[in-house]
This record gives sequence, C-alpha cells and structure tokens, in this order.
Amino acid sequence: MPQLSCQNLTIGYEGKVVVSGLSFDVNAGDYLCIVGENGSGKSTLIRTILKLKAPMSGKIFTESTGSTGNTGSIGSGLMPNEIGYLPQQTVVQKDFPASVREVVRSGCLNRCGLRPFYNKAEKRIAEENMEKLGISSLAKRCYRELSGGQQQRTLLARALCATRKLLLLDEPAAGLDPKVTAELYTLIGDLNNDGTTIIIISHDICASVKYASHILHIGNRSVLFFGTKEEYLKSETGRIYANMSGGKS
Amino acid sequence: MTWNWDKLSEYLQFPFVQYAIITGVLIAFCASLLGVTLVLKRFSFIGDGLSHVAFGVAAIAAAMNLSNNFFLVLPVTIICAILLLRTGQNAKIKGDAAIAMISVSTLAIGYLIMNVFSKSANISGDICATLFGSTSILTLTRAEVWLCAVLSALVILVFLIFYHKIFSVTFDEDFSTATGVKAKTYNLILAVIIAVIIVLAMNLVGALLISALVIFPALSAMRVFKNFKAVTICSVIISVVCAALGIIISIVAGTPVGSTIVVVDIAGFVIFSAAGFITRRF
Ligand SMILES: Nc1ncnc2c1ncn2[C@@H]1O[C@H](COP(=O)(O)OP(=O)(O)OP(=O)(O)O)[C@@H](O)[C@H]1O
Ligand SMILES: [Mg+2]
Repeated sequence: MPQLSCQNLTIGYEGKVVVSGLSFDVNAGDYLCIVGENGSGKSTLIRTILKLKAPMSGKIFTESTGSTGNTGSIGSGLMPNEIGYLPQQTVVQKDFPASVREVVRSGCLNRCGLRPFYNKAEKRIAEENMEKLGISSLAKRCYRELSGGQQQRTLLARALCATRKLLLLDEPAAGLDPKVTAELYTLIGDLNNDGTTIIIISHDICASVKYASHILHIGNRSVLFFGTKEEYLKSETGRIYANMSGGKS
Repeated sequence: MTWNWDKLSEYLQFPFVQYAIITGVLIAFCASLLGVTLVLKRFSFIGDGLSHVAFGVAAIAAAMNLSNNFFLVLPVTIICAILLLRTGQNAKIKGDAAIAMISVSTLAIGYLIMNVFSKSANISGDICATLFGSTSILTLTRAEVWLCAVLSALVILVFLIFYHKIFSVTFDEDFSTATGVKAKTYNLILAVIIAVIIVLAMNLVGALLISALVIFPALSAMRVFKNFKAVTICSVIISVVCAALGIIISIVAGTPVGSTIVVVDIAGFVIFSAAGFITRRF
C-alpha cells in the first residue's frame, strides 16, 4: 500500500488548469524528485498534496485510510503532524521579531498537541537540527536580518524538526552556496536512508540523478514522465532533459 | 511638585482611584499581549473596525437604557471579529474593504440611534465619552473591577497556553497548516481574544483610541528587541507602565484618562525609537 497515491489529479487556480492527469504512487522510503520548467506546477502540486489548496478534480489517497477527497485532512495513516515542509517562498512580514531558535523550534509544535510549552526532547531536536545545518551560532539572531541562504537553512532546520515520516521540500537548495548544497543533499539522502520519505522539487539534475529513486517530470499541462530513475534515464524525456541540464546520462 | 505628591497620595487613598489603576493596568496588560500579532498579521485594521462595532452596539445599548451594556457588547463584538477574520482569510477580497464597510456602518448607525432614541440630555457628551473614553474608569464599581479582572486573567491565561501556537501561526500560517497545526482554530481563538480585549479597552480609552493602546507598546518594543519573547515581555511592561502613569497624570492634572494614556504611549514610542536608533548606530 503506497504512503501517498494521486489518481487522475487535476490541479490549478480558480478554474485555470495547471496540470491534469497526475497519477502516481509514493511508497514509504521513496525519494521522489519532481522536475519541470518554471511555472509547470510543481509547487502547486506540493501545496495540493499538503491540503493547502483543494485539487480541481481527482483524488489523493494516503496510507490505509482511503480517499480524503477535496476536503478533510491527510488520513490517519499519515498524520499531518508527521510531515515536514519547506516552502519555496515564505511571506514573512518585514521586521517580524523572531530569533532563529524560535523559528526552528516552531517546527516541533506539531509534536506538542495541547501541551503549551516545548519539552526537553523537542528543544534538543531543535538544537541538533541547527547544528546539522550549521546555524547554531546564529541561534539568537533575528530571522529577518539573515542572508537568503541563512534564512533557507533556518527554514530547513524547522522542516526537519517537524518531520517523522514524510518530508516535502520545494527547491531547498535555492540560494545556498555549493558547499552547503552538497551537504544538504547528503543530509537529505541520509534522512531517506533512515526511512523518511522524501518528495523534493529540484532543478539540480545531477543531485536528482544521484539520490532519487523516482522521478516525476511535469511538462506543459501534463505529466511527461513518472517512474524510477533508471527508467527515466533511458526514456526520451529523461535523456533530453539530463543532457540539456548537463547531468550525466 | 511636592503639592502634587501630597495630592496624589491623598487621591490614592480613595477606592475608586485604586480600582481605576488596577483595572487600567490589567487592561493595558492584555491589550499589549496581542499587539505584535495584530501588527504583523495586518490585523491592526480589524482592531480599529471592531472598536467601531463595539461603539455602535454600546450606542444601541444606551438607547435601550441598559444599565450594563457589557453583556450585549461583548458577544456582538466577538461575532463580528469572527466574521471579519473569515473574510480576511479569503485572499480573493481583501479584508480591508469589508472592515471599512462594517466599521463605518456601525459608527453611523450607532450615532443615529443615539441621536434618535437617547433620552439623555447630554447626547454629544455621551458620544464623546464612548468615543474617547469616559471618566467611567473612575466610577467603576467593585463588581465591574472584578469582571475586568476575571476577563483579563482569562485573556492572559489563553495567551500563555497558546503562546507558541500564536507565534507559529503568525510567523508562517502555511507551514503550520501543512504540518498539522490547526491554524484555523488558532485564528478563531485570536479573533475572540481580540474582541474581548477591545471591549475591555473601550472602558479605559474609548472606542477611537483602542488601537493606540494595542499597537504602540508592540511597535515601541519592536524598535529595540528582535525576538518574539523579548518583544512580548517588553511591550507588556511598556503598556503597564504607560497606563499607570497615564492614569496618575490624568488624576493629578485633571486631563481625560484615555487620551492621557495614549499620549504617554506615544512618548514611550519616541523614547524607544531613539533607543533603537542609538543601539543600532553604536
Ligand atoms: N496564487 C496563484 N494564483 C493563480 N495562479 C497561480 C498562483 N500561483 C501560481 N500560479 C500559476 O500556476 C502555474 C504553476 O505555478 P507553480 O508555482 O506551481 O510553478 P512551479 O513549477 O513551482 O515553478 P518554479 O520552478 O518557478 O517554482 C504558473 O503558471 C503560475 O502562473
Ligand atoms: Mg515552485
């Protein structure tokens, strides 16, 4: 039984279809990389999976629960509080007074339930993730006053705090320097090896080819390819895309 | 100055002055708690709109000769808060227009009703009192002080329980929703708290000046501090100090309570802006 299954999904905004005919399964432990041009609907797909917006038609099934239709939360097999999410853009109001530590810790919130404060374990998780992403020294700094890459790492640390089963990342490497990017992909790979399912949007074909188990390639209004990485590299679309982006084929 | 001190200590003996200071401080405490959230969520307008709603309802209550309008004003304001928040969430029509509409209508209707139906001889005086805060803070009964105290305590308790959730929902609502934090519920809780605060604050500074009480302490604190916890604590302290000072000054100098408090808040803002400027420079 797949952890997440999309069937004949159509996504879009206010009656305007962005992609239709999306059907794919994600099993626990998979590493799915979503590729496609700018504006092809990758972020929209992730937001739909996260129930931040309703699909125009089609169904999203999650493990053991069956359909969640157009409304309702992700089913009990995969609780929303087991999901980590890194948005592509966060609209944070200018001069929001929040320290890096406060932002990272807020990722643990979904573990708290009704408990009003973080416990020791949650605080430790936050510190560990800041350590992992090399932002421990920034813990007391104001989030708004960081560089773009530092902000990205903060949000990533927050996402890592939130996840236990499934991690959705929307262009995590955007704005990161090459060294941190490489470390980041290794880190995500390690998480995947430890059993976390990864769904990642990336324009970095080299990294996708190296780490992904499955590829979903979204083209203009339809799915160009879905399958394992090996099949993708043999397929027409995959060869063209990989060559174009300078990845090894 | 000595004369003023004598006068002050003499005044402080009176129970009505003690009541005024206690309730004033409690209300100021609550009002400042949500300042940051209101400012950052662009809810400051909601605060303003709601205070007009509260004014309209208070006018109706006055026309109906209700002795205690509290139990009419509070529920209606809470309902309006929830409605306004709902419209604010639909990105299609920004909440601003809806808020402007509701606030202007209730203001107009309230004034009309007061004029047509009020049996009071001093209508403009009544209206002025509702808009700018009356001397009613000085005429509070023991029961009213208790009501204020209980409501304030509730607001503070709810804020403490949901502190981290309020932070997260204010900082990044999408992330909260996506990771299973019930952002909608917390927005609802926020709306109710805001409504309660506004009805409370109307007693202290009047309908038109509520926003000042809510927003100035937060803005002042944000000049100097850069994290949520420090800003929250600092704005509470600023608010409480300013309210106490304002009430005392108004008693000694015989100025209107509400506007005096707001002027002290403005002075606080100027001081903190300067402090922020200096700490950033050097
Ligand atoms: N809020 C919105 N309202 C209406 N249309 C939108 C909205 N957001 C995105 N779109 C449209 O939906 C399409 C898909 O956008 P989406 O953000 O999913 O692309 P993407 O694949 O993530 O692109 P990128 O690689 O640039 O991040 C685009 O054509 C965009 O114009
Ligand atoms: Mg995108």
